[in-house]
Amino acid sequence: MNAIASLILSGGAISMLVAIPFLAVWVLPHVYGIRLEWLFGIVIPYLAAIIFFVGIIYRVVKWAKCPVPFRIPTTCAQQKSLPWIKYGYAEKLDNPISTAGVVGRMILEVLCFRSLFRSTKMEFGAGGNIKYKSSKWLWLAAIVFHYCFLVIILRHLRFFTDPMPFFVPIIEKVDGFFQFFLPVVYQSGFLIGAALTYLLLRRLLDPKLRYISLPADYFPLFLILTIAGTGILMRYVLKADVVSIKELTMGLVSFRPVVPEGISVLFYIHLFLVSVLFAYFPFSKLMHVAGVFLSPTRNLSNNSRIVRHINPWNPPVKIHTYEAYEDDFREKMIEAGLPVEKEAALPADKE
Amino acid sequence: MADIPESWKVPPPKAWKLSTPEELVKDVDHRPLSLLGLEKGWMRTAPDVEIKPGMHCHAALPKRLETVDMPNPRQWSAMDEDWKLPRNWKEIILEGFKDRLGRFRSFQLFMDICVRCGACADKCHYFIGSADPKNMPVLRAELLRSIYRKYFTTAGKLLGPIAGARELTLDVLREWWYYLYQCTECRRCSVFCPYGIDTAEITMMGRELTNLLGLNIDWIAAPVAFCYRTGNHMGIQPHAYKDMIEFFLDEIENVTGVRMSPTFNRKGAEILFITPSGDVFGDPGTYTCMGYLMLFHELGLDVTWSTYASEGGNFGFFTSNEMMKRLNAKMYAEAKRLGVKWILGGECGHMWRVINQYMGTMNLDIAEGSKLEEPVSPITGTKFENTKSTKMVHITEFTADLIRHNKLKLDPSRNDHLKVTFHDSCNTSRGMGLFEEPRYIIKNVCNHFYDMPAGTIREQTFCCGGGSGLNAGEDMELRMRGGLPRANAVKYVHEKYGVNKLACICAIDRAVLPNLMEYFVPEVDVTGLHEMVANAMILEGEKEKTVDLRGEPLPGREESE
Ligand code: SF4
Ligand code: SF4
Repeated sequence: MNAIASLILSGGAISMLVAIPFLAVWVLPHVYGIRLEWLFGIVIPYLAAIIFFVGIIYRVVKWAKCPVPFRIPTTCAQQKSLPWIKYGYAEKLDNPISTAGVVGRMILEVLCFRSLFRSTKMEFGAGGNIKYKSSKWLWLAAIVFHYCFLVIILRHLRFFTDPMPFFVPIIEKVDGFFQFFLPVVYQSGFLIGAALTYLLLRRLLDPKLRYISLPADYFPLFLILTIAGTGILMRYVLKADVVSIKELTMGLVSFRPVVPEGISVLFYIHLFLVSVLFAYFPFSKLMHVAGVFLSPTRNLSNNSRIVRHINPWNPPVKIHTYEAYEDDFREKMIEAGLPVEKEAALPADKE
Repeated sequence: MADIPESWKVPPPKAWKLSTPEELVKDVDHRPLSLLGLEKGWMRTAPDVEIKPGMHCHAALPKRLETVDMPNPRQWSAMDEDWKLPRNWKEIILEGFKDRLGRFRSFQLFMDICVRCGACADKCHYFIGSADPKNMPVLRAELLRSIYRKYFTTAGKLLGPIAGARELTLDVLREWWYYLYQCTECRRCSVFCPYGIDTAEITMMGRELTNLLGLNIDWIAAPVAFCYRTGNHMGIQPHAYKDMIEFFLDEIENVTGVRMSPTFNRKGAEILFITPSGDVFGDPGTYTCMGYLMLFHELGLDVTWSTYASEGGNFGFFTSNEMMKRLNAKMYAEAKRLGVKWILGGECGHMWRVINQYMGTMNLDIAEGSKLEEPVSPITGTKFENTKSTKMVHITEFTADLIRHNKLKLDPSRNDHLKVTFHDSCNTSRGMGLFEEPRYIIKNVCNHFYDMPAGTIREQTFCCGGGSGLNAGEDMELRMRGGLPRANAVKYVHEKYGVNKLACICAIDRAVLPNLMEYFVPEVDVTGLHEMVANAMILEGEKEKTVDLRGEPLPGREESE
């Protein structure tokens, strides 16, 4: 599977995913008079949500059921040893021995992408002269992408709650801080597009990345880009009917689903792609969101010399006992003046 | 000096010669692919994957595996067409895969959550030095992941290569083997991974799987077999072990005029001392070993050596977790038999990863009913609270504490001819966090210490190129390529500050780094930490010293004859 094949496959998949609701909601009614809004507005979103939640729970439970036989944190700072050796906040977080330290480490990892922040770029000069430069672009793009995604999800709560939680208008205010146009332009939508484009270009232009990338890496990028694109189109260009949409979304969350008239096909495409994303999530690498919490190199403290860590399946093994060892070498040991447990057999016995 | 036992030697590879450093790095190009992306993807094996001489180790001899009852012992070689695999090899691998997915959360999780962000890609010393794209940690892991997807995930079963899945074939197995034994389990990649994915962990699992088919390398299997029977990797029998140490006593007496009298297998001692046998049998570790002897003597420590637990290292760790446990068991068994209060451990890398992250978990029940208690330094009274459970103290923790309490008479000017830098071993760095203790000691025993640049030390330290059992002779090109980032950083401080000594606290380093330095930075020599401590130490009743432990003249004290 090379880069071009991967691109064609995932690009093709996305085109198909866009075509399906387009054909079903726009072409079918016009040509055959069949209406399928209920399928794309109600059934598929519900199905996707079920797959999403059940799938995530299934995966996480499967991981959680897996034992952690050994305590294997990656220690990224000085250990706690002698009292006069510095073991401050940095050390507590990067080489924790307490639960508080582990929690801190996880918070940094999950909220600030601590490990990615360490990232360097290797430069291989002439004569094998190697340099390592700090390189924060991946970190930046990842942070921008994830936080914009979060902001966008929170903004969308406007469609699923009535009255809205207090923070939604605040987020909208902040997100629309640069008010040049009407309607208010949300930066998150464009930032996420920029971040995703960077992540995509990186995969295509860096030979290392292109080599390791699979269709499963391009597909979610394309999918989310398209979701963002349709969202932006609806908001700024084709002006969707927000009132009807809210009727539909509120119907979904209150379990009294309705399909109001007059919602554009663009919305159904948007919603269908979101449904696909939800349904795809539990079976994909996107599960890293949940997995990071269970990662044994990050969520364990480095205290296995202080408290014994228990391996639930600690296997019994055959060992070479001291007795067997002495039996093997007794004569030589005695001759060398090494103490032994049993005296040597009398020469008479030997014959 | 005793060298590697004859019985361990395997004939050198045919028609292979290490090129010069210049040639070696000349064709290293990290942009292995055409810009258009028309290349075949990584899932293709033959003809892209070629097992090259100089880049892999000899196959394990059958007798090694027989000694420790490991499956499928036979004569084979990686260069052969026919690996003489058991007929049901595929089932064995897949069964083993499944079993390990169920036993190690790390393995299951790391199979599932990699996003192929590439943050780890250029962090591996083997990738840096070889530019072989399959040495990128993420790709090393993908070699196993592709099989995982094919046989253990629905998407992989249905979609095959589209889902990144591929069939387990003989070529895939070869590829696994080649690249699993091109990873030193150093964990550098895991420092940078946003989810902590540790390719070392995946390599360990992969190696366990190769072991099910008898596909180990001799440089690991031989020490394992020796260690099982004789207690140490070198296969040294008890009387020879004692002889060796006695030889050191003569050497020390020649240099210092002081005669020491260590004890062996002595019941009732307070402390049991365990160090890698490499220190007892190979230069320059031997000088470090002399350092231990001098330190213990000077302190009047109630310590005993053991010929049964005569190995701190554990090549079982590079074999399987069961084998690691079998070999490690001797430590607590011997501590219990001798009735010691605690255990002191010598300078070694992987030994300490095992002690810190595995030993208590695996074997603490053996210590039940023993006299082991929370270690307390008899000299300073310091309680080593961080070893409360395992009861084993690292010698740099012990010595740093001595120096802090002014219990050693030191004359650092005796090391004035040395400009020292320090190599953090992978295992003590990323599997423990031992950074300050050794630096504190170095700064107290010598006057010129220069750290290598950030990004090449501490948690980001680079492997010596020969860890995890890859420190053989026949894979010298691999070792030099993997050692390149380390050598490059040493070269930097050598050129900038005139550094001429590379200190380390690992027996494998002491075996591997001299070759690496000789190859890339010949002006720099390798030393253990306690060799420097011993050279700086003023012993009670010592004669006028003119030379150091290596018989090299001390600065300003050359014999005036
Ligand atoms: S850094 Fe982690 S997630 Fe990224 S490619 Fe490497 S192993 Fe995968
Ligand atoms: S553990 Fe070390 S040798 Fe192995 S892939 Fe990671 S960086 Fe490379």
